[in-house]
Amino acid sequence: MTRVGISALSALLLLTSSHSAFAEWGLNMTEGVTRISHEVHDLHMIIFYICVAIAVAVFGVMLYSIIYHRKSRGAEAANFHESTTVEIIWTVTPLIILIAMAIPATNTLIDMYDNKDAEIDVQITGYQWKWRYTYLNEDVDFFSVLSTPQDQIDNIAEKNENYLLEVDKPLVLPINTKVRFLLTSKDVIHSWWVPELAVKKDTIPGFINESWAIIDEPGLYRGQCTELCGAGHGYMPIVVKAVSKEEYKIWVTQQAIEQAAAKEVKDMSFDELMAQGEKVYSTNCAACHKQDGSGMTPMFPALKGSAIALGDIDKHIEMVLDGKQGTAMSAFAEQLSVSDIAAVVTYERNAWGNDKGDSASPKYVKELKDNKK
Amino acid sequence: MSQEGVSQEMPHDDHHHGPDKGILRWLYTTNHKDIGTMYLLLALGSLLIGGCMAFVIRAELFEPGLQLVDPNFFNQMTTMHGLIMVFGAIMPAFVGLANWLIPLMIGAPDMALPRINNWSFWLLPFAFGMLLSTLFMEGGAPNFGWTFYAPLSTDYAPPSVTFFIFSVHIMGISSVMGAVNVIVTIFNMRAPGMTFMKMPLFVWTWLITAFLLIAVMPVLAGVVTMMLMDIHFGTSFFNAAGGGDPVLFQHVFWFFGHPEVYIMILPAFGIISHIISTFSRKPLFGYTSMVFATSSIAILSFIVWAHHMFTVGIPLAGELFFMYSTMLIAVPTGVKVFNWVTTMFRGSMTFETPMLFAIAFVVLFTIGGLSGLMLAIAPADFQYHDTYFVVAHFHYVLVPGALFSILAAVYYWLPKWCGRMYNETLGKWHFWLSFIGVNLTFFPMHFVGLAGMPRRIPDYALQFADFNAIVSVGAFVFGLSQLIFVYNIWRTTLGNKGEKATDLVWEKPTGLEWTALPSPVPYHTFQEPPKVD
Repeated sequence: MTRVGISALSALLLLTSSHSAFAEWGLNMTEGVTRISHEVHDLHMIIFYICVAIAVAVFGVMLYSIIYHRKSRGAEAANFHESTTVEIIWTVTPLIILIAMAIPATNTLIDMYDNKDAEIDVQITGYQWKWRYTYLNEDVDFFSVLSTPQDQIDNIAEKNENYLLEVDKPLVLPINTKVRFLLTSKDVIHSWWVPELAVKKDTIPGFINESWAIIDEPGLYRGQCTELCGAGHGYMPIVVKAVSKEEYKIWVTQQAIEQAAAKEVKDMSFDELMAQGEKVYSTNCAACHKQDGSGMTPMFPALKGSAIALGDIDKHIEMVLDGKQGTAMSAFAEQLSVSDIAAVVTYERNAWGNDKGDSASPKYVKELKDNKK
Repeated sequence: MSQEGVSQEMPHDDHHHGPDKGILRWLYTTNHKDIGTMYLLLALGSLLIGGCMAFVIRAELFEPGLQLVDPNFFNQMTTMHGLIMVFGAIMPAFVGLANWLIPLMIGAPDMALPRINNWSFWLLPFAFGMLLSTLFMEGGAPNFGWTFYAPLSTDYAPPSVTFFIFSVHIMGISSVMGAVNVIVTIFNMRAPGMTFMKMPLFVWTWLITAFLLIAVMPVLAGVVTMMLMDIHFGTSFFNAAGGGDPVLFQHVFWFFGHPEVYIMILPAFGIISHIISTFSRKPLFGYTSMVFATSSIAILSFIVWAHHMFTVGIPLAGELFFMYSTMLIAVPTGVKVFNWVTTMFRGSMTFETPMLFAIAFVVLFTIGGLSGLMLAIAPADFQYHDTYFVVAHFHYVLVPGALFSILAAVYYWLPKWCGRMYNETLGKWHFWLSFIGVNLTFFPMHFVGLAGMPRRIPDYALQFADFNAIVSVGAFVFGLSQLIFVYNIWRTTLGNKGEKATDLVWEKPTGLEWTALPSPVPYHTFQEPPKVD
């Protein structure tokens, strides 16, 4: 019924009648995969139909007048211009409709604010321009970054199906489990939105917001940041992978082991550092400092030929570890592993014509980092 | 009494008033008609500049991928487009119309404070010059959206943000002075017999708008000053690390921002009421209820601000309060729409260009109002918020809403101002291309928004591609068709083409500007107050 209504309307508007074509285009709010998202969809459809009914009535009278009460048809103007009764009727009637609408909306809202009895707590932290997911009851904590290659964005390579809606590591959640999201931000305000969960909450630096979801069906659910957060705002998608409870348990155990292993400090050759550094640079640095290190002055200084990249290596590493207060340069000590930091520093000192020839070893970075503590 | 004596002797005085010649006329003028014209031209200039920025945005969004601009410049375009259109096009256009029309409508010789009037106009070119100059600064123009949420607009802003702040300050001073002028004029300069409940609706709606301006422009000045302090003087109003709160910014901004929305639409209500009544050849239905509805909308506008912030995490009680108060606005707004439709009902309608724009206003503004009602439903707003559905909503109320009313007003009163009729054929072309273009541009935005496309992104996922292409085509049709309007105005005024307008201009318009004055209106009018029955 809903689908038919919507496509009938759009068919009218776009002078075409192919239903299937519109289904592909995406016309309406998703019904989603949680009880709340169903409720929200129903509310949306009710208010939509009320609006359509009002529009049909109002525009109907108007159209009738335009056709029949035109001078060219010899219509004589009446002179009535006041009626308190009529005014009262069209003040009270909308009021009643609004009250009728407010009741289900209030119920749904109360439901949405019921954060009690969550089985899993996930902290979601917004960064320019990536998400960090910290499972508060497990040893799992990772960043989730856009995985669409730059070549597709620059129209060099062909765009794949999930262009701009794909990440390196999705947020994995079990189905039929109440998951509470604790949302905050490290820098500016972001907003975490997954339409299928009907969850949209701003992540605000210095504050923690709450939301929750119980996902009914396994699947991949994609969303995006919905609060303007700077140049990379369009490039921080969200992917939620909903799996069975058993799969989730296995995944958590594996992740905990993998992440512990990643913390170990290995020795790396110069070439290894450069190769890894290039990858780390593209995902974490290139949005501001540009792929070719030219930056966007004066907000985002060039690294090519910069005093820091060509100066004392300790200062360079510290800049990456601690960031720079009062600027967009964030502290990467918590965001990247020591080998990633060693790699990216090495890369920045030896790429784009920078020719320091020196390199930072992961061990050395770890030493500097530990000394700070 | 003595004043009357003086003004009666005026014709004998060899004081033949005419404007000065050359550029000085415009610099020194205290004449409400000259100042009105300058405001309208400034608005037209802003409209074209802001429109070019929209072209950049829509050209980039024509297909997925980055083609023309980088994301940072894209953000500068969306920010500047919003600022220029709100503060440079819509608001000055309404002030221009107020200058031209309020004295003529209430039978006053000029605005009450003519020098302040001159000053409040001449501040604006400098304010906008400063704002536009940021585009050429190192680091680029403001790129944090026209709503400039902290901390993106403070700790993370380009250096040009300081110029943006000063430019907002200057615009605010200008707006407040303009509003004071309107209020003083309406309170003190009405012709004898022009009681409040006899005032034309455009005067009423502007009176209410002026109070809104005085109430909220200082709040805007306050919020940008707090930003200035945070950026340069080490305070932490909007920085949690220093004991502040980024959400405080949004509360203060939207306490200004929501009344601001009505500042941009209330005068439109007045204009549309006049035009529909004239071309239906029937008095406006429910004049009194129109006045009360407008006042209620203005009062309600102060207690709905957090509906822009449903997702920031305000407590349940706050969420419910702002949902209910927002839904309430539908009631007086509905009354207005019903009154307009009833005015048309059993009228004797003709469809000249102003009427076409007025009818389109009623239809399309109502669509924007209905999507506003949907947005008021807080749980559903979690899905709509910051998507293209919102972009569709506010463009429906601002473009075929506010902008169409301004275009309608110019077509409607231009013959009275300059004494010549505009070209009706060109006017109809302008209308139909605008009407088609505007719907092609903004209607599909509802769909992509519901399907999940966030606003303010320079690039998008593939499922949004087809609608975005349509939207971009519509935007270019709409934008370019405004050139017909510019040409039509030019040929009627400076080009001196078009047949001479009669004193009444239209068949049976009501109001002093039509019945008590010749076309074109002389440079000085109502030196003797007219009789009002």
